[in-house]
Amino acid sequence: MNDQTKRTITPRRKFLSLMAQSVGLSALGGMVWTGYLVEAKAAPLLLRPPGAREEADFLKLCIRCGQCVQACPYDTLLLAAPGTQKPLGTPYFIPRQTPCYMCVDIPCVPVCPTGALSDEGVSVIEKGQKRWDIEKARMGLAVVDMESCIAYWGIQCDACYRACPVMDSAIKLEYRRNERTGKHAYLIPVVSSDACTGCGLCERACVTEKPAIFIRPHALAQGDVGKHYIKGWDAKDVQKVEHLEGLETTVTNRSKLSPQQYLNEGGLLDD
Amino acid sequence: MIDFLKRHRFMVARRLTQSGLLALYVAGNVYGWKLLQGNLSSSLVLDTVPLTDPFALLQLFATGTLVASSAVLGAVLIALFYGLVGGRGFCAWVCPLNMVTDLANGLRRVLLLDKTERKVWLGRSVRYWLFGLALVLSFATGIAAFEMVSPIGILHRGIIFGMGMGFAAVLSIFLFDLFALKNGWCGHVCPLGAFYSLVGRFSLVRVIHHQPNCTLCMKCKDICPEKPVLEIIGKHSGAITMGECINCGRCVEVCEDDALSFGVRRYIHQNQQE
Repeated sequence: MNDQTKRTITPRRKFLSLMAQSVGLSALGGMVWTGYLVEAKAAPLLLRPPGAREEADFLKLCIRCGQCVQACPYDTLLLAAPGTQKPLGTPYFIPRQTPCYMCVDIPCVPVCPTGALSDEGVSVIEKGQKRWDIEKARMGLAVVDMESCIAYWGIQCDACYRACPVMDSAIKLEYRRNERTGKHAYLIPVVSSDACTGCGLCERACVTEKPAIFIRPHALAQGDVGKHYIKGWDAKDVQKVEHLEGLETTVTNRSKLSPQQYLNEGGLLDD
Repeated sequence: MIDFLKRHRFMVARRLTQSGLLALYVAGNVYGWKLLQGNLSSSLVLDTVPLTDPFALLQLFATGTLVASSAVLGAVLIALFYGLVGGRGFCAWVCPLNMVTDLANGLRRVLLLDKTERKVWLGRSVRYWLFGLALVLSFATGIAAFEMVSPIGILHRGIIFGMGMGFAAVLSIFLFDLFALKNGWCGHVCPLGAFYSLVGRFSLVRVIHHQPNCTLCMKCKDICPEKPVLEIIGKHSGAITMGECINCGRCVEVCEDDALSFGVRRYIHQNQQE
């Protein structure tokens, strides 16, 4: 008989062994659970109520109480139910069904108990007094599909332009000559991210079967030029260069020379 | 009939509070009543007093954010109530999932499933591990981990705001409790129950045992969803002090010998407790 089988199970050994098993099982369960959470969090196509913090912070703060949903007088806001592939119990809206009508007193924001919806983004301070300003909301951004928008065909349609609560600012009509007919104009809707609140009234108003103008969260609707391109003609943009960090200029033999040198002295072809 | 009501007086009262609260929430959503708005995660009473699920709030904190003060105040109110008075009463008197698991449990009795049980082993301490895990994972993933999966949340949100596919989650709990493990969800798994067990550990309202009356019929132990809390039965008088007791009062109802009653636990003259 070897020593292994004779080893006694002391209370201490039993305790440590049970703890180790429990920790191990917790790690197992934790990994499965984490896998689900990470997947479930990654639903990017959601439009949040006005004043919602940036999505990652919003998900940290939202307690899923639905008070914003109840406060909404138009029943715009919905609470994500199981089976909709959206983070459970969080508020969102579908503009094609019911857009945000941009109430001036924004009733959905002050009822939020946790600050997931914050008045910071949707109010201004005037003479020391806080005043709601729904036009500061940035729920998403309207995007136009040029191929299905009939205004791009040359048909006169300004449904989105007229539906927009920030009219002639969030959506402007651009006039262009219609070369096909030679005597008409295109009246083309162009969205400006400076003014678009993402309320979705344009998407709701769009006449095409599936809307040709639709709201997307900023993360999906916008690109990002990064640090390498600067508008040289825009004094504000040029300032960005002064605050750049973490950018390294690659130095080569040629880059030490000025362009005039290597272009004029023929060094480009023969090295 | 009157005898039945007497033997189920706490059960009736519990069903009334459970469904009454849900009805108020639904009325708040559908008719805009200001009595009780929101849901069990966080709500507003009479348009003034905030109430918040303190466990949900802990998870929000664990994600590493600063939560606005009204939610914090609401959570303190709830924690104070259960901590000082109600014990783990939330589970028996408020939680809507309790109606589902009680139904499963009742059906187990009717179908005699308890006698022919398949053995599924799961310790009653699992819930405490899940409670800790919920906080760790909230920190790790940046989202309230239990709130993302909670069948309790799915059920009460579903009743108030629309169920979606949520019935599947509720049905799973029902089937788990019916066929897999007696008192499986509430008594073994639920981290919210674990949280309230910890919070309500020192609360005042308790089931009190009067040992001289006890005939050792063990009906109380048979009906109790948290059996281990009744360990003093037949041994000595005193309060049921374990935090896991949900104050449902089933033991008081089934006792035919007047050996159990609701009462206030005494901290000062403990040995004088009847």
